[in-house]
Amino acid sequence: MVRNYILYLFLVPSIILTVIFKYVPMYGSIIAFKDFSPRKGILGSEWVGFEHFQRFLSSPNFYDILMNTLKLSAYGLILGFPVPIILALMLNLIRGAKLKKNIQLIVYAPNFISVVVVAGMLFVFLSPTGIVNAMITTFTGKPISFMTDPAYFRTVYILSGIWQTAGWSSIIYVATLANVDPQLHDAATIDGASLMKRILHIDLPALKPVMAVLFILAAGGIMSIGYEKAYLMQTALNTPTSEIIATYVYKVGLQSGDYAYSTAIGLFNSVINVVLLIFVNTVVKRLNEGEGLY
Amino acid sequence: MDIHYTGKDRILLIINYILLGLFVLAILLPLVYVVLSSFLTPNTLITKGFAITSSDWTLTGYAKILSNDAMIRGFFNAIFYSAAFAFATVLFSVLAAYPLAIEGLIGKRPIMIFFLITMFFGGGLIPTYLVIKDLGMLNTVWAIILPGSISVFNIILAKTYFQGLPKELFQAASIDGASELSIFFKIVLPLSKPIIFVLALYAFVGQWNSYFDAMIYLDDPKLFPLQLVLRSILIQNQVQPGMIADALAQAELKKLSEMIKYSAIVISSLPLIVMYPFFQKYFEKGVMVGSIK
Repeated sequence: MVRNYILYLFLVPSIILTVIFKYVPMYGSIIAFKDFSPRKGILGSEWVGFEHFQRFLSSPNFYDILMNTLKLSAYGLILGFPVPIILALMLNLIRGAKLKKNIQLIVYAPNFISVVVVAGMLFVFLSPTGIVNAMITTFTGKPISFMTDPAYFRTVYILSGIWQTAGWSSIIYVATLANVDPQLHDAATIDGASLMKRILHIDLPALKPVMAVLFILAAGGIMSIGYEKAYLMQTALNTPTSEIIATYVYKVGLQSGDYAYSTAIGLFNSVINVVLLIFVNTVVKRLNEGEGLY
Repeated sequence: MDIHYTGKDRILLIINYILLGLFVLAILLPLVYVVLSSFLTPNTLITKGFAITSSDWTLTGYAKILSNDAMIRGFFNAIFYSAAFAFATVLFSVLAAYPLAIEGLIGKRPIMIFFLITMFFGGGLIPTYLVIKDLGMLNTVWAIILPGSISVFNIILAKTYFQGLPKELFQAASIDGASELSIFFKIVLPLSKPIIFVLALYAFVGQWNSYFDAMIYLDDPKLFPLQLVLRSILIQNQVQPGMIADALAQAELKKLSEMIKYSAIVISSLPLIVMYPFFQKYFEKGVMVGSIK
């Protein structure tokens, strides 16, 4: 024990940093229930109870912002979740190891492009004079304003998200498929199973546990979608669909300086998130013979 | 292994190759288009299709970008932030993970729970901002490097790795009278190069590509990392002062700024895209280790 004091010293920097940058902010969240003034500090400010929450819930844009948040992630999950799985199954059918490696190299690449660049590419490609509209205009005669029309925000957000991350997300599935016992496939082939049958009855069931865990995690994070990209893609005109809770928290809090109100909205967001995680885990557990995240 | 394919299987395989080919094209085309456009006079691709002649090639976009102080400074700031962030991340993760990987360390469980809680509960944007502000770290490099460098996830990764090292080595060293410090530095660290490399690589790439922390914590343009400079060029359409010096006609100006955008995209993504094929297996390893929990 005494000999081990050095081991405890190893832990000190991380513990101090965790306290300062994680626990103090957690404690600081109580300003959501206070009439926070920076001059009086967290402790000195007056308690106001649930006033900020009530203000948010009764504000005219509450419903829109909540629905925007839910829709953007729910659609993203429904459309985006299956793509890496399908991609992994497709990659698994490739015979040449070298070809497979090269395709993987290409489909992983967009993951290494920053979200600023991806948003920037969207703006140059989808601008009224960009390449996409140049093609659209030759067919229909008039360009579509993708980045300013609220009707296109979700589609553009979700499709570009799939473009950027589907390849990378498939890694875990590709690795799981690589671990499937080849004898299973051989035996099935001898029994006359077609390729499709083997995918459905051998490969897919092998992926099921990974799918369950990743689905719970994705669904649990449904309220905490990549607001960094949403913020970048936001234009003055597309806010009717692009304003989500996280971008709203940033605007109200750091741009308008309404710290307490903004913190209350953030807290509201986290609470919904935890509830969703528990709910989804319970459902998946039922469907998946008792196998969940916890 | 020679599997016999039936006719139906062959059709499925052909469809598979076609679909995969389309997917690969969908990934590649935008990237190729950006790279081509960055070398071409504005709108050449759109107006001339692929009937490009030698007079259409130009390096103007790159010349403008590379002669721009904000871009260059952003580039070097990004290198500094990413390297410092990677160093801090590895240092804190490895130091915290090692004791937690040792069997029978008293108080290990509560400490682990102390770290794990932060994985599920957070302070949120504003309270975290207020802490950084109260510490006087606004507008300093510390705000970029320190807060994110401690992550439970990385601690778990390193801990799992250490637990996989052969215990006999430590016991033998310990019997020979080696101190905890010399075991750590002489035995554990040399054996841990793979995990250190993976942690550093991930931290570096993550920091290189991030803009949000810099946006909220930094005011001074001299401190801006590359992504923040890029954001002003690509998203906010602010052509940096000095990029377009002489007053050109409005239309010319717009074309030139388009060209600068393409060059900026290429230059900022180049370092990662170039190094990525060499490190692909380490990135994959990182994902795999991470998924074990």
